[in-house]
Amino acid sequence: MNYSAKVMDHFMNPRNVGEISDADGIGEVGNPVCGDIMKIYLKIDDNRIQDVKFNTFGCGSAIASSSMATELIKGKTLEEAWELSNKAVAEALDGLPPVKMHCSVLAEQAVHKAINNYRIANGLSPWDYKEHGDIHALAPDEQ
Amino acid sequence: MSDNHVYLDYSATTYIKPEVLAAMRPYLDTYFGNPSSIYALARITEQAIGQSREQVAAALNAAKNEIYFTGGGSEADNWALKGVAFANKQWGNHIITTKIEHHAILHTCEFLAQHGFEITYLPVDSEGLVDVDSLRQAITAKTILVSIMFANNEIGTIQPIAAIGKLCREKGIYFHTDAVQAVGHVPIDVQAMNIDLLSLAGHKFYGPKGVGALYIRKGVKIDNLIHGGGQERGKRAGTENIAGIVGLGQALELATTDIETENQRLTRLRDKLIAGLTAIPHSRLNGPVGAKRLPGNVNVCFRFIEGESMLLLLDSVGVSASSGSACTAGSLEPSHVLLAIGLTHEIAHGSLRLTLGAGTTEQDVDYVLEVLPGIVRKLRNMSPLWKEFLNKGGTKL
Ligand SMILES: Cc1ncc(COP(=O)(O)O)c(C=O)c1O
Repeated sequence: MNYSAKVMDHFMNPRNVGEISDADGIGEVGNPVCGDIMKIYLKIDDNRIQDVKFNTFGCGSAIASSSMATELIKGKTLEEAWELSNKAVAEALDGLPPVKMHCSVLAEQAVHKAINNYRIANGLSPWDYKEHGDIHALAPDEQ
Repeated sequence: MSDNHVYLDYSATTYIKPEVLAAMRPYLDTYFGNPSSIYALARITEQAIGQSREQVAAALNAAKNEIYFTGGGSEADNWALKGVAFANKQWGNHIITTKIEHHAILHTCEFLAQHGFEITYLPVDSEGLVDVDSLRQAITAKTILVSIMFANNEIGTIQPIAAIGKLCREKGIYFHTDAVQAVGHVPIDVQAMNIDLLSLAGHKFYGPKGVGALYIRKGVKIDNLIHGGGQERGKRAGTENIAGIVGLGQALELATTDIETENQRLTRLRDKLIAGLTAIPHSRLNGPVGAKRLPGNVNVCFRFIEGESMLLLLDSVGVSASSGSACTAGSLEPSHVLLAIGLTHEIAHGSLRLTLGAGTTEQDVDYVLEVLPGIVRKLRNMSPLWKEFLNKGGTKL
């Protein structure tokens, strides 16, 4: 497996690892059967992501994608963070091998889930989110 | 990349030993003649191939004319299965194998199933062992071939090959064994073990890659796989890979000569490594202990973490290893072998295989035992499964 230097950096030195005990929004995606689970914690103040942490069970690219996603949304408004796409995560990592693109999709989904978790907890209606289909079976042009 | 380099993936492939390389070299430049030609240069290469054939035969207690060189282990497996299946289909269409074979066997069986053959995949127990009685029960009047691997490439389980061979001989059914992981590492006697066909590959015992052999007991009915010229007594076409064949024979002779002392050395290192790794909490050994396990095989699962991330961190400190996690297989499913011995997907994803060999020292083992606990801890500390386990009252390390 040939990972970019960026992926290796975020894997070896992941940013924002941990939990937030009084998180305002939590998003967990994936399952242990597939071999990857991502859990993202958000601390939100004034509609802005003040802090973000993650825990991930998974391969190198799953850990690097979580790390990069948390970096990309830190300090952003919820509207800005909602725009985070799996492509943006992968590009920020200088690309992911095709078989690993689903890791970036997991990161996107975890962020969306955490934001909607916050919205629901605060009596707001969740934003519409179009799920990717079977993320393990993305056509090459979707990757 | 650290200065240390500890290669612990000898089951994937080995380096070529210097003596082997030295024996091969003249056949790449000086004695390059096509063995099928008439001149002196060709006779030299023909003799070299004959000598290698003798070396292989001696290692297996076979006759020289029962050894056929191939382009590796996968070809030998393909040939054994397809060749016997198609040549004997008037007698039946049933083949028995196991759930833990290498893909060279499993995918060939899937191909044969598309061509009218019926395949039984025997289950294995929690250590990866086939039960000879369930093999006996699986045999029908239509069974023409039993193919059971000698030793497993992932978890090192050595099958009761002599008992299986005896049963197959009594029933008059051909018995093939994929011995790619066993040859040169455990003593093999095709006569005493009643083996009819046996696959081997040079690069698992310090010979070159891309060259292997199929032992075919005299009298076994088998079709050709590779059609063409008359090489290998008309059974396997293609101008011979002379240097490769010479290297294979030389490597096998070397391996068989010091098989006992090397096995004792490796077994001790293996057991030290197993003891150290399984002392890490929430780990488990996959495969048997003791003499039923390949001397160089260690396979351990660590709960709550995933194999590929373990391999990357090991690589960053200079350790080359492998895993049965889905991510390392480039597929969705973790290793079929780990699932067959009853592991859940979740646990199978956290497997680590370390395979020891001629270059492995006690320092290598100590080094792995020094670095691995920290790697496991680092990955658990970012694993939501681990956090969940702790929250449910699991004990902190
Ligand atoms: C048990 C087993 N069978 C078959 C093979 C295939 O051998 P080769 O790679 O030489 O074709 C291997 C090697 O990976 C193996 O371990």
